[in-house]
Amino acid sequence: MKKNTEDFLVSLYTTMYKIRNFEEQAIKLYRQGHIRGYFHPYLGEEAIATGVCAAMDGKDYITSTHRGHGHCLAWGADLKIMFAELLGKENGYCKGLGGSMHIADYTKNNLGANGIVGSGVPIAVGAALGISIRKEKQMVSTFVSDGGSNIGSFLEGLNLAAAWKLPVLFVIENNQYAVSTRIEDSTAETELYKRGIGFGLESVRLDGNDVLEVHKIAKSFIERCKNGEGPFLMECVTFRKSGHHVNDPGLYLPKEKVDYYKLHDPLLIGKKHLIELAGLSEIDIVEIEKVAMAEIKAAIDFAIKSPEMSEENFLKFVEEY
Amino acid sequence: MVNVLNAARELMYREALNEALKEEMDRDDKVFIMGEGIAERGGSYKVTEGLLEQFGSKRVFDTPISENGFTGAGVGAALTGMRPVVEILFVDFTMLILDQLINQAAKFRFMSGNTARVPMVLRTQGGVGNGLAAQHSQSLEAIFYHIPGLKLVMPSTPFDAKGLLKAAIRCDDPVIFIEHKLLYMNKGEVPEEEYIIPLGQADIKKEGKDLTIIAWSGMVPKVMEAAEILMKEGINAEVIDPRSLVPLDKMTIINSVKKTEHVLIVQEAVRRGGVGSDISSIIQEEAFDYLDSPVKILGGLNIPCPFNLNLEKMVVPQVEDIVRAAKEVVYSE
Ligand SMILES: Cc1ncc(C[n+]2csc(CCOP(=O)(O)OP(=O)(O)O)c2C)c(N)n1
Repeated sequence: MKKNTEDFLVSLYTTMYKIRNFEEQAIKLYRQGHIRGYFHPYLGEEAIATGVCAAMDGKDYITSTHRGHGHCLAWGADLKIMFAELLGKENGYCKGLGGSMHIADYTKNNLGANGIVGSGVPIAVGAALGISIRKEKQMVSTFVSDGGSNIGSFLEGLNLAAAWKLPVLFVIENNQYAVSTRIEDSTAETELYKRGIGFGLESVRLDGNDVLEVHKIAKSFIERCKNGEGPFLMECVTFRKSGHHVNDPGLYLPKEKVDYYKLHDPLLIGKKHLIELAGLSEIDIVEIEKVAMAEIKAAIDFAIKSPEMSEENFLKFVEEY
Repeated sequence: MVNVLNAARELMYREALNEALKEEMDRDDKVFIMGEGIAERGGSYKVTEGLLEQFGSKRVFDTPISENGFTGAGVGAALTGMRPVVEILFVDFTMLILDQLINQAAKFRFMSGNTARVPMVLRTQGGVGNGLAAQHSQSLEAIFYHIPGLKLVMPSTPFDAKGLLKAAIRCDDPVIFIEHKLLYMNKGEVPEEEYIIPLGQADIKKEGKDLTIIAWSGMVPKVMEAAEILMKEGINAEVIDPRSLVPLDKMTIINSVKKTEHVLIVQEAVRRGGVGSDISSIIQEEAFDYLDSPVKILGGLNIPCPFNLNLEKMVVPQVEDIVRAAKEVVYSE
């Protein structure tokens, strides 16, 4: 196995591991009262953001959702600044003013999580519109989930991007539930990639828990976007490993599905790739995890010790509104 | 004025709303409810719990995340004889349905020369909570207040919530019914026997003589707390809750102003362009000669709501702010 393939697989796994443990640690912080408000964990969906973002480069753009921590981390966000934002601290990505549902990094082309389902989609289309006017070799990936695929913003965004032939990759994270509503109860066509076909986009449905499969398809669509062949749509089938938000035990999730996805877990699949394709041992993997975990712990420490914005600084903002 | 009849039991705000829905659905088969997660899950704030079991899935059902679409479906059903109660999870999301509310529902009665009616209730929920940040913490009543053709109700107590929701469902015009996320667990007396509170009747939550404080929704409990503190400091405030902002019970407000000669309006919404400004202008037009000092409006800061909890407290009036503002009004000479 070539060294660069090994490195690549390790980096995919490391990213997924960091997302998983960022969320799990942040949930602990939530329970301890360090984090308040809404917090929608990306647990179980790590392979999607990881596979897609690994196929993009820093000049491209992403828009995210209310379940956005994974997208930010896969895009390369700094763990320290992420935790600081979740804790409402002044050195967080949004100075503690945005919080979990609004993390963004406009300096690095992360156009942000969004508290309004679907609203990131037309914004992604607009970023792509700018790219096409400027004639740059860039593209935009926009994440949305199954519930969000029923809202006008998404459907209008699809049509606009297709009509204007824009470099957008629509990534549907089909976790099969919108809060407690089953996908079967909210749409008569549950194979969501067909929404793309209906608007004239080349669209595929794939296993969203297999990071290599996600990456392979994303890579081809992204390259083709940059060659002016966009837009494209990929429907990544996945499942939430938790309730809708930290305070939802998710009791409505059927046991058979929960059990199936326990085994069909993106991290387990990623581990399998490391062992079978990169020839790593369990011990090698434990080492990788240790390093990542140390980074997470240090980031938490940093966030807890960081100061909040003072009233005085906040009032300076007020003056400008 | 309707008052607590047989002051027997206490209910939470959300339970009172639930009872109103049950009673009205029981009374009239044309009443049905739809919204996100309202059926099996019983709603984010449990307001619709038990309704699916009692009334079945034809009259209690979950919608896809298609707010503009299902609100429009509510308008169409209402226009053709049904009485939908449509739930939008957060008032912030009503920004997605403004065409159906403002260009459609609010206009049909008028545009049809009074032949069409839209008896729909749009239930939603607003206000600052605990760290829900800028897109889930707004108070947007001024937008609806501005539109002729919409009624606007914002109850502050379980008793008011129940009586007003029943009136809203029976109303033949579209009613925007905005609850407050911090009130759902508040308890208050609600009589066993049926009652209705007509839209357009303010309630005097506390009688007083030195100052009129006007507040609605989530600000009412804070104003009541402030009034107690003021009482100890020798200021006897009268607290008026309009309960419905459209129609607005001007008489109760003006009569109170004539008595106290001092007015403080407290609104959670940002200060600029709020309902408070309009109430203030009504008072100046209709009771200027009685005023002993300028009408003061204490509103939210003109800024989106920050996520950080300490900063969040700064953007909406707190009890101390209300006490301070009240003193400014009374001692302003
Ligand atoms: C326009 C809008 N409607 C409703 C909500 C409330 N809400 C937040 S997340 C959510 C479910 C979203 O489901 P889905 O798009 O499938 O994403 P998932 O939570 O499964 O990742 C809802 C209804 C919202 N934030 N915005």
